[in-house]
Amino acid sequence: MEHVEHSHAAPTGDNAGGHGKGQQHPLGIYFKIWGLLFVLSTASYLVDYFHFHGLLRWSLIIIFMLLKAGLIVAVFMHMVWERLALVYAILVPPLLLMVLMGIGALEADYTFLTRGAFFAPTAEKPAPAAH
Amino acid sequence: MTMHEGTGMAANFMAAPEVLPPVPQVQPGGWESVVADVSSDQRAFKGVPWGKPMLWIFLLSDTFIFGSFLISYMTVRISNTAAWPNPSEVFALTLFGREVPLLLIAIMTFILISSSGTMALAVNFGYRRDRKTTFRLLLATAVLGASFVGMQALEWTKLIHEGVRPWTNPWGAVQFGSSFFMITGFHGTHVTIGVIFLVITSIKVLRGDLDQERPGFLTGRKGNYEIVEILGLYWHFVDLVWVFIFAFFYLW
Repeated sequence: MEHVEHSHAAPTGDNAGGHGKGQQHPLGIYFKIWGLLFVLSTASYLVDYFHFHGLLRWSLIIIFMLLKAGLIVAVFMHMVWERLALVYAILVPPLLLMVLMGIGALEADYTFLTRGAFFAPTAEKPAPAAH
Repeated sequence: MTMHEGTGMAANFMAAPEVLPPVPQVQPGGWESVVADVSSDQRAFKGVPWGKPMLWIFLLSDTFIFGSFLISYMTVRISNTAAWPNPSEVFALTLFGREVPLLLIAIMTFILISSSGTMALAVNFGYRRDRKTTFRLLLATAVLGASFVGMQALEWTKLIHEGVRPWTNPWGAVQFGSSFFMITGFHGTHVTIGVIFLVITSIKVLRGDLDQERPGFLTGRKGNYEIVEILGLYWHFVDLVWVFIFAFFYLW
């Protein structure tokens, strides 16, 4: 059965890593991504430095974060060159966290409202009411 | 197919004398490849070194751990009636008589990104069998990682001196401390473990263990340069987690 594995590399193009010889790509792409990550990090730092607020701040933070995460996973972790089954096996399950996040946000909002309703008069004091 | 028939023991063991259907020699693309992998005989991801999917699955579980930390941080922050301390001010440094927000955190971010860059290069030079360069790059990664941990220790010391505890802090919502120590502490632990493995792997590379396929300390498997790539996956993941922590904890 093992001999099946020797003939994989050819058809998916010369960049098809992960088979036998491992991931091997031109160095330039790493330096480009490295530079891009620096630019994006600087940009997200500047969001704080210039005191952006509200929706603009949050959307910029999220955009820069997702771009950075995408670049790291895609190129540094070689995800774009991996087979599709592995990509889906790894990238789909974390989407569940979005569900958990939604549930958490709903519950937290509700808790906040309840605290507002029940503990509002004593909210000024650093009482255990905050718990 | 002659190779298959030639291995007598395997053929006996398989006990399948009838003619096997021709094995597709071409790796299908797109969805067909997904179906082929998922319905694969005996094991999935044929041709991928086993360590890589294993580490990816480990990273997946780690994603859920960090995801849960960040989500619980989100819930305590949303549900808090007390004001959340402004991280921009809490983590500011005074430089030349002026408050620079998040300076140390920004430096830590750049250091971690740089270490990711050197790690990616180390993987590349490893597969080129350039022992010396791989060693140097791995060591550079380890040094950058160690300095990151050092700065984090500095940050912790500063905050602890200012009175931040997991149960209290001078600025507002008490959960700030517990979230901060839990999230950055867990991340710092990951970085520390990564640094230890970077040092171990760099020594292996320098000694030529991987070129001569010497088995590792705890395994009979032959050494090869895939372990550098696998270590790289772990290291990039640590950087990846920091991207999210930086966005959600420090910038939000």
